[in-house]
This record gives sequence, structure tokens and C-alpha cells, in this order.
Amino acid sequence: MTQAQAEPDITRARLAALSRPDGAAWSNDIRRMAEARVRTPGLPTRRDEYWKFTDPASLTQAEAPAAAVFDAGDEAPLYGGIDRLKIVFVDGAFDAGASDALEMEGVEIDLLSEVLSKDTHWACDLYGTLETRGQDPVARPLAALNTAYATNGAVIRVTGKAPKPISLVYLHQAETSDAILHHLVKVERGGGVTILENGPAAARFNKCMEIDVADGAAFHHVRVQGRDHERRCISHMFARLGVASTYKSFTLTANGVLTRNENIIEIAGDNASAHVAGAALGDGASGPFHHDDTVFVTHDAAHCESRQVFKKVLRNGAKGVFQGKILVKPGAQKTDGYQISQALLLDEDSSFQAKPELEIYADDVQCSHGSTTGAIDERALFYLRSRGVPEGEAADLLVLAFLAEAIDEIEDERLQEDILTRLRQWLERRRT
Amino acid sequence: MLDIKNLHVSLEEEGKEILKGVDLTVEAGRVHAIMGPNGSGKSTLGYVLSGRDGYEVTEGSAHLEGADLLAMAPEERAAAGLFLAFQYPVEIPGVGNMTFLRTAVNAQRKVRGEEELSAAEFLKVIREKARMLKIDADMLKRPVNVGFSGGEKKRNEILQMAILEPRMCILDETDSGLDVDAMKLVAEGVNALRDAGRGFLVITHYQRLLDHIKPDVVHIMADGRIVKTSGPELALEVEQNGYGDILAEIA
Repeated sequence: MTQAQAEPDITRARLAALSRPDGAAWSNDIRRMAEARVRTPGLPTRRDEYWKFTDPASLTQAEAPAAAVFDAGDEAPLYGGIDRLKIVFVDGAFDAGASDALEMEGVEIDLLSEVLSKDTHWACDLYGTLETRGQDPVARPLAALNTAYATNGAVIRVTGKAPKPISLVYLHQAETSDAILHHLVKVERGGGVTILENGPAAARFNKCMEIDVADGAAFHHVRVQGRDHERRCISHMFARLGVASTYKSFTLTANGVLTRNENIIEIAGDNASAHVAGAALGDGASGPFHHDDTVFVTHDAAHCESRQVFKKVLRNGAKGVFQGKILVKPGAQKTDGYQISQALLLDEDSSFQAKPELEIYADDVQCSHGSTTGAIDERALFYLRSRGVPEGEAADLLVLAFLAEAIDEIEDERLQEDILTRLRQWLERRRT
Repeated sequence: MLDIKNLHVSLEEEGKEILKGVDLTVEAGRVHAIMGPNGSGKSTLGYVLSGRDGYEVTEGSAHLEGADLLAMAPEERAAAGLFLAFQYPVEIPGVGNMTFLRTAVNAQRKVRGEEELSAAEFLKVIREKARMLKIDADMLKRPVNVGFSGGEKKRNEILQMAILEPRMCILDETDSGLDVDAMKLVAEGVNALRDAGRGFLVITHYQRLLDHIKPDVVHIMADGRIVKTSGPELALEVEQNGYGDILAEIA
């Protein structure tokens, strides 16, 4: 009985620690409705089926658990060599001084804090809309909480081909910061944009991004979640894809005590393509590591393709989770769905739990999924060593080979090289 | 070049003795062949010399140009000049053949204090050697041995040997799974590497590979020991009469 009472208490305590920012009437309405989506069903606990493998307690508790700020020293910044428009948030607060001017040809960029106070803005049709759609069939109360309480974010409307990537940089400076950011990205018909994200953002980070990709438009996304060991993160990407549109997202996670990244993709237009990929590297020797990729792809149009490619490299007690679903609705004929989730366990203390799901209501589709857990191939390791490659280098080569399918999902070669550099550095720091 | 003295080796897990006192010396510039029936310990010898896990040396020694092989890690043995052409080359998905070869060459160069080869320099080196073994650009780009036919895998082994230029080459049943044309190609690759400073140990079941790679010395191995050593004519004898006569003669 005491446990049954605990759930509303968690929700109540969390909401009591927050205050809803006041904006224009329309946004206040959206926020109020979002808060209702938090109160019912309430914030998740370990007993929720959808949170069976990941304990959400530290994500739902009232105050953010402290997280030491990681000092990367004089390490070269990520995406350093790439011409991009930077939008910087420090512990969730927009830093105008560190950011570039929010101006780019073919792109309108605003801040959510300002947009939600305006009497009219295109964002009123998108803010909370895809998040609300994403609550069915599985409730995502932490995303609703984000819509209700987000303090800021980037509001981006792309009307043409963006000449350079927009780079969201998240710095973490305060040990107990608790950041809630909500971004909106609307790519108009025929437009295209690349959004980069990097950094830990805060001790605890709740991030939501709603992405509306119109007919023939393209959205590319590359994210790196920083080097802080103690930070926690829950993120949601809600996307809706129009006819012949493209969605491509890649995430690299190395370190972080707790991460859950959800991707909820609705393929609404024919001939669209959605790719979601992730590489997660966890080493329990640097602190606990728990990484959860939760993906829900809905095919609601014909001749569409989706790919989920998730790879995890785990050692010293690190934990990995994958929950991935492909839902093919009636009429979504000629769907080509692919899902692979794999873990490379570098020792016997680490673990990986996977829950792949297919639910198909159309008869002319092709869907495949696979999930594997394995160790380094000793035969391959010996083969490399017998040719003179030292053991550490040989093992790294095999780890990179294992991750290759996910890395290949990054289209831009410079970005791919940036990510590979990060991976190699992570491996080199841990070489035995 | 290679000096093996009274080598006793057991399987680590089962404790079963496989090599029961092998004595063998391969001189620089010479090609030695080891023949013998299945289970005689031929392949084990190759694996133990190259440092594969799972074997325990209980007695004896193995030196390469005076260096104690058994005290070294597999990569150190390679850098010291030992090369094993595998009977079953390993497939490594995700690692490009070219990347693999360059990593190996540069790792060895580094140990020897030589400068690493740039991608362009390496390409020059590899092109000519690949052409000789009829290995095309596509095979170099593909992941190591993945989707290679039996013959392609063996040619790839010889390519690695040609590029790494080891002092002592051990070929473990390189002829298995090869048709006549592929065997000729492989043999040509090996013969091109024969020189006064290099030793070869060719492990094989059959005499036919030795028609193409002419040995100076032939050993017969049985039950974990070298039981007979003679000239190339010994291989012909095996071909004609099988191992039965030779083994009976010794018993």
C-alpha cells in the first residue's frame, strides 16, 4: 500500500519543485494541457513496463542529483573544424555572448522563451503537438513535463537548404543544474538542415525536440552527449515525416551515469525514409554507466523505409538497454523496416538488455530485426596480433569495426571523421 | 634461423600432450616441409610458434635467430620476423583489408624504429604485389577475408606475407581447398619470396604443393614427433605409398 501511494507523491513532489513559465494565452494553454498529461498517468517508476530496464527515479525526483563538472582541459572542441551557427546554452540558459547571431539564409531562428510570449507565431501549431501524438500508444510523461516546463530552446524554421549546420552547444557549469530545453524544427517543403548537438547540458537534462519534416524535405542530426561522467539525461525526439522526406539521426554517447534517448518517428507521407542510429560506449570504471535507447517508428504510409542501428560497447559493469519498435499500420504497404541492436561486452560484468518489437498490420511489407550480445572475437584478435598489431590496437580496431554500421549512418564525411576521432580517443584513454 | 629443441606442448584445458619432443632446425635460405597424417601435431606446431592461446609448453624451447619465441607476445613474434599463413584465415567484418594491411605493416615498422608509411606510400607498395597474386582493388577494399573464396583467402595470406617480408614463414596447409590454378598462383607468390635470408616451413598433407614449392628438406611428423627427415624424395615416397610404410618402418 505504501508503494501505491508513492507514485502520485513522486509526481506531486516533482511538479512542486517547478513553476510554469508565463507566456501568451495559446502557449499557457499548451503548457496547462501538457501538465495534465504528466499528472495522468503520473511520472514513471521502475514498475512501468516501459521502464522495466531503466530506473527513472533520478530523472523524476524533485531535485537534480549533483554531478561533477568534467574538465576536458585543452582538448579540441567537437565540430571545431566545421563552419556552423552556434547556439549556446549553459546549464539550460541561453548564452547570447557565446552564441552566433541567430541569422542564416533560408532559416528563421528564434528562442522558445520569446516565441511563447508572442501573440501569434507558427510555433503554436507545433509546440507540444508531436509530443502529444507521441503519447499514444505509450505514455511519455517526462516529455509532457518538458512541454509544460521548458524554459527555453531553439525554434527553427527552414525554408531552403541551410548553408551550414546549426549547432546546439550545451555546457554544464553548475553541479546541481536541472535543465529543461525544448526545440522546434520545422523543415518546409524541399528544405534541408543539419542540426548538431553536443555537450552534457546540466547535471540533469530533460530535452525534447519536435521535428516536422515536410514533403521532400531533409533533416539530419548528429549528437554527442558530452564527456561528463555523472550527468543524467532524458531526451525525446518526436518527428513527423512528409512525402519523400528524409530523417537521419545519429547519437554518440560515451560516459554519463544515466541516459535515456527516445526517438518517436511517425512516417506519414509515402516514399519517406527514417534512419536512427546510435553508438554508446560505457566504462563502469569511470563511474556507473546506464544507457537506454528507446525507439518507436510508426509506418503510416506506403513505400517507406526505416532503419534502426544501435551499437553498444560496454565494460566494467556498464549497462545497456534497447527498446525498439516498428509499427506498420494498415495500408503502409511496401514498407521496408530494419532494426539491429548489438552489444559488445568487453568483460563479464557488463550487461545488455534488448526488447525488439515488430507489429505489422499490412501484408506486403519487409521487416527484419536482430539483436546480439557478444564478446571480442578472440580468433580475429589473434589473427591481427599474429600480423604484428599490438593487442590494444587490435582490440580497438575490432571495436571500431563493430561500431562501423552505426557510424556509416552519418552522411557528412567531416562529421563522421569528428565522431571517429572522439571514439578513438575514448578507446585510447582506456587501452590496456 | 628457427631452432626448436625438445618441444613438448599440451592442450591447456584438457592437459592432453600434442607435441612430444619436437626437434627441428630451419636454416636461412632453405625450405623445409613437414608432412604427416591427421592429428600428428603439424598445425599445433605452427600455432604454438606464432603464440596462439590454449597451449601450454611443458618442456623445450623455440628460438628465432637466437630470440626466445616462447617468451614473446604474438605481435612481438611477428615483429621479430615470424609469419604464419593460416590454414583457415579469419574473417573480420568491418575492418577493410587495406586498413588491416597498413596497420600491420606500420605496427611492425614502429617496433623496428622505422618510419610509418603514409597511405600513398603504402598504396605503391601494395599495388605491385597484389597484381602478382591477381588480387584486385575490390578485394583490397572489402573487409578482411569476408566473402572471399577459399582461393582468395589463401592468396590474401600470401599477399600479407609479401608485404610484411618476414624472415621465417610458416605455411599451414596453404594448399587445402585450392584448385590447381590457385595453387600455382600461391606457389609463385611463395617462390618469389625465396631468398638466402629467409626460411620456410611448409606444413602439408600432400605432396602436390611440393611440386610447386620445391623443398630442400622433408620431415615426417607422427604422434607429436619428427620421425623421419630426408630430402625431397621423401615426399614422393609418401605420395606413392602413404604414411603406413614409413610409420611401420620406424615402429
